[in-house]
Amino acid sequence: MKFPLARPSWPATVPRDPPRRSVGVDYTTDWARRYPARVARVALVDFVARPIVTAVATPEIAGRERIEHLDGPLIFVANHMSHVDTPLLLSSLPPRFRHRAVVAAAADYFFDHTWKGALWAFALGAIPLERTRPSRRSADLAASLIAEGWNLVIFPEGGRSPDGWGQQLRAGAAYLSARTAAPVVPVHLGGTRAILAKGSKRFRPGRTTVTFGAPIVPEEGSDARRLAAHIADRLAELSDGSGPDWWQARRRAAEGATPPLTGPDLVAWRRAWARENGRRAPGRTGQQGVVQRRGPRPAGVGSAAGDTAAPGMREEAREGSPWARRS
Amino acid sequence: MSPRPGFVLDVDRSTPPTLFWHGEGFRLEKLPEGSRVVYPPEPHTAIPDPRHAIRQALHHPLGDALPLPEQLRPGMRLTIAFDDVSLPLPPMRRPDVRQLVIEEVLEMAATAGVDDVVLVAALALHRRMTDDELRHALGERVFDAFAPHGLLLQHDAEDPTGVVHLGVTDTGEDVEINKRAAESDLVVYVNINLVAMDGGHKSVATGLASYRSIRHHHNVATMRASRSFMDQHHSELHSSNWRMGRHIAKSGVKIFQIETTLNTDTFPNQFRFLQRREWEWSLKDRASYAAVSRATAAAPERMTRSIFHSIRSPHAMSSVQAGEVEAVHAATTRNVYAQQLVEVDGQTDILTLGLPYICPYNVDSIMNPILVACLGLGYFFNMYRGKPLVREGGVLIMSHPTPWSFHPVHHPSYVDFFEEVLAETTDPVEIEARFEKSYATDPWYVHLYRTSYAYHGVHPFYMWYWCAHALEHLGSVIVVGGNRSAVRRLGFKPASTMADALEMAEDVVGPSPTLTHLHSPPLAMADVR
Repeated sequence: MKFPLARPSWPATVPRDPPRRSVGVDYTTDWARRYPARVARVALVDFVARPIVTAVATPEIAGRERIEHLDGPLIFVANHMSHVDTPLLLSSLPPRFRHRAVVAAAADYFFDHTWKGALWAFALGAIPLERTRPSRRSADLAASLIAEGWNLVIFPEGGRSPDGWGQQLRAGAAYLSARTAAPVVPVHLGGTRAILAKGSKRFRPGRTTVTFGAPIVPEEGSDARRLAAHIADRLAELSDGSGPDWWQARRRAAEGATPPLTGPDLVAWRRAWARENGRRAPGRTGQQGVVQRRGPRPAGVGSAAGDTAAPGMREEAREGSPWARRS
Repeated sequence: MSPRPGFVLDVDRSTPPTLFWHGEGFRLEKLPEGSRVVYPPEPHTAIPDPRHAIRQALHHPLGDALPLPEQLRPGMRLTIAFDDVSLPLPPMRRPDVRQLVIEEVLEMAATAGVDDVVLVAALALHRRMTDDELRHALGERVFDAFAPHGLLLQHDAEDPTGVVHLGVTDTGEDVEINKRAAESDLVVYVNINLVAMDGGHKSVATGLASYRSIRHHHNVATMRASRSFMDQHHSELHSSNWRMGRHIAKSGVKIFQIETTLNTDTFPNQFRFLQRREWEWSLKDRASYAAVSRATAAAPERMTRSIFHSIRSPHAMSSVQAGEVEAVHAATTRNVYAQQLVEVDGQTDILTLGLPYICPYNVDSIMNPILVACLGLGYFFNMYRGKPLVREGGVLIMSHPTPWSFHPVHHPSYVDFFEEVLAETTDPVEIEARFEKSYATDPWYVHLYRTSYAYHGVHPFYMWYWCAHALEHLGSVIVVGGNRSAVRRLGFKPASTMADALEMAEDVVGPSPTLTHLHSPPLAMADVR
């Protein structure tokens, strides 16, 4: 498509003012939280998205009782494997959280065009989040919405997994929790990569699991970095525990031997190999391995009962994880 | 935000195609790398309260003129003359600036108890204005107060009892102007200055003059000695008018000149893309362009013409000054230059122009081939100060459909000029010597000029004379997308595409020529260094 149908190019000899951005992190989403848009979104999520999610992802939801009694606002922190994750998680939230939730979405991906920003702001209640660098604007917006009572859904890996292993968690969710004192609810989503992996054009309906962990309540003066590490550990434990042998997972957690989400530090094919081995291992959904706990649970971080570490199954895990023998 | 000044763009690979007017349509042309495009300044800010500004100007005149209220008294003869339908272009939205000024003048005249007031449209040799056009220019209130009583007149340059000979200038030029104006105690002239050529002594000395007087400056020699007639101090056209104007003043005709300038906010929102730089076109601009160009291409010619001629410009008054003619005009010219001048370094081998659907002489009418030539070679070519944009021997490439089509009521003598005169020669000197007198004095043309809505019989000659400087200066003129027969009749070369035109131009100016495009609208004037 050429000019004038396409946007004109800018002559190299003409100095250009920095564009007045209305996309990316500068996209304004206030309208999507006004009453008419909210009503329309509730209808969309409840009557369109949920039935579709149920049909294509068949979610098995666990641990919802851990949050149903809470008042909110809450920060839902989940691992991220697929575009299916967001509708799956939103559909799985109890209605009073679901109907007042915003989703932190990558500003450079979901808000790079006005139409995309409008679409996601409306459909998901998305708000733009700068993921490539710290952004005061993103943080202020999210913090102010939490302060107004909105629940936040955030994927702290900063994007979908490229290879099926988890990625290093960023500290944004922990920072917001420490800043607003909102509890963090770790959520593990399993099986979504098999439905629609990053870069895949194949959509294969399958079964998924949604596991809500115990909320992590920041105490006053919590350190965001330590809180982030704690969230990462809880997510890893949830991942480990989402398999069929929850009891063994609890024991691994108690021993500090829970496999990390990020997988082994190996070359690409061996990471893939390790993941495939893990997938073949009974009861696992992709994450395998053994990791030493980073340390004792940080001070100032509370947790619900039943989430404490139990003696792990370190050796068993190693047997199914060739990469782990290096450590 | 203050309006951005004009500038010269150096075309590079990333420059989007450039918009060219093409009559009642447009073309987007990809100019060669290294070409220059002269972009006009953005429209100046309008005066927020024009009526207040007009009153201030009338109370605080320039030069040695007394404030207007002090010149008005009971029993006096007051004539208010005003510019005709040829200004502004396109016609402006109501209220027209002439209405605003004239209403203020009439308020003062009423306060002073002046009974004998006549309004005169300064037509020179142009066609008469229709009642609708007069209503539009003057407003209902003024029209209804004067027209029914025969007090709203249109200057008739051929009325033997309506003009008076005031003698000759030092160089022997006849000065013959409207009798009512000459015999008035005060003439208030209400002008609109769209380009630097308008206004000054030209208002009365041409606008209210007869053929006998006008022929002294509307001729080939004067036009060739006007370089350009947008630059008063290097324009023989103006020198002649100034001599006449001073002679008129010496003869005892008292003139109070009111000149206004309009900003260059020329087209309404639907056509906003016309005034924007192409690389700044928004989605809305591109959509408007696509819609307008498709619609105009698909619609019948008459409908397209009628749509374009129904455009009312959002022009707004950017300055008003009143008082003694020369002092007023100096201030006006400064304001026009401030709005339109763009500095350009050096001349070019090829000048390209996109010609619009309208010129001063085809309001609500057809842009016939002679007017196309006049608009390109007479007006746009002369939009310079210093040196012409195109070098001597260079090529002018114009884009216009140039239809072989004439308005039978407005331009009767044009038809004969095109068929009879241009078929024989395109040399302005020869045309002037052999044909002018017979057309100027033809009783049928005189009759149509006086009683119908026809331009004077001599008018197409003047259009051709306006081209005389350019015709002498240029090596060749090429018209892109024009009616081939009509273009050839004008003595120009037709080309189907801009690429063809550029190749043809290289045959005249040599390989690897420099090219400059004068972008319009809005109007820009090149200050060539």
